[in-house]
Amino acid sequence: MTAADHAISGWGRLWRCSLVSSVTETVPAQSRAHGAEGGRPAIQVVPLRGLPIVAVVLALLVVAIAGNWLWALDFFHVVGGGLWTAIDLFVGLVLGPILGRLSIPARAEFSARFMPKMVLIMPTLVTMTLGSGFQLARHLGNLDAGAAMHGWLVASFIVVGVMAVIALGILEPANIAVLFEMKKPHPDGAIIARLMKRFIYTAGVTGVMQVATLVIMTRLAT
Amino acid sequence: MRADTTSATVARRLPPVAELAVGSLALIVVGGIYLAAHIPGPVSLVPAIVLWALAAALLLVNAALLSRLSGFAWGRFRQVGGWALLAYAISAGMLEYVFVIDRVPARELVWLSLMLVVYAVDIPLILAFSVARYQSSD
Repeated sequence: MTAADHAISGWGRLWRCSLVSSVTETVPAQSRAHGAEGGRPAIQVVPLRGLPIVAVVLALLVVAIAGNWLWALDFFHVVGGGLWTAIDLFVGLVLGPILGRLSIPARAEFSARFMPKMVLIMPTLVTMTLGSGFQLARHLGNLDAGAAMHGWLVASFIVVGVMAVIALGILEPANIAVLFEMKKPHPDGAIIARLMKRFIYTAGVTGVMQVATLVIMTRLAT
Repeated sequence: MRADTTSATVARRLPPVAELAVGSLALIVVGGIYLAAHIPGPVSLVPAIVLWALAAALLLVNAALLSRLSGFAWGRFRQVGGWALLAYAISAGMLEYVFVIDRVPARELVWLSLMLVVYAVDIPLILAFSVARYQSSD
């Protein structure tokens, strides 16, 4: 499933750290007191200026796949996968806890500017990684059921499948719905809190899947 | 007054459209993994067809549930769903392109393509419903 996993676990952890407490407790109060113009940054759910960059990356990916160009496929897979996992872990383990210690207005402002960018960055990285990865597996012969590494490859399919269902079916809709809620003049803290609970429920599974991905990929490359 | 309205939005019971769509998506993912794990070698299509049929049935149930929904934010639903459909049509199109480039056998390609159709409809449906359910009705 390409373009899966749009909302990644670290992303979720960031949301959880930065918004569950802040927005649910303070933004509605601020909003009621000061209205939408009360200092909250405007939110653009999808940053349109980033779309041309995404288009260029996807076009290059198509060229790499069409040409079955081993170096380019390797590049897309390693760069995309490395950034995907690194951003995920960095956001979840480093940025999230730091953000949790910032003042509530700082948290809300950072999140309002950061999260829409992630809406573009993560799907692009995931598409790069999975699209090139499938083609790379075919190029290297690992798709063949008789290949020595085929079992590991199928394991990676399963890991990606689990992450896809969680990310696409549970986390991404929550992220988008929260962004829409935060765009309202009077965001409802109860709605945001309810949506953000999904990240708490799924954090363990997505964390395990990330570790499994690292194990499988290093095993495949050895 | 506004708080009452939004609380009512949260409290309002809606049909389990998102849950059914997630179930449908999970079936498609399992079917996709099954086929991807076997191609290019010989593979029985029966499990893939059964999984696709169940996923498509859930999608149809969702369509029926949505058609009976009144007092819903259909404008927002169409807005989010439309753009998401465009995005996921591109995503599905790229996958289809890879399958064609890789010369996936015709029978398997048909079912993979049908799975991609359900995938490309399921996700926009989940996104659109998840956003619209918390918006004021049109």
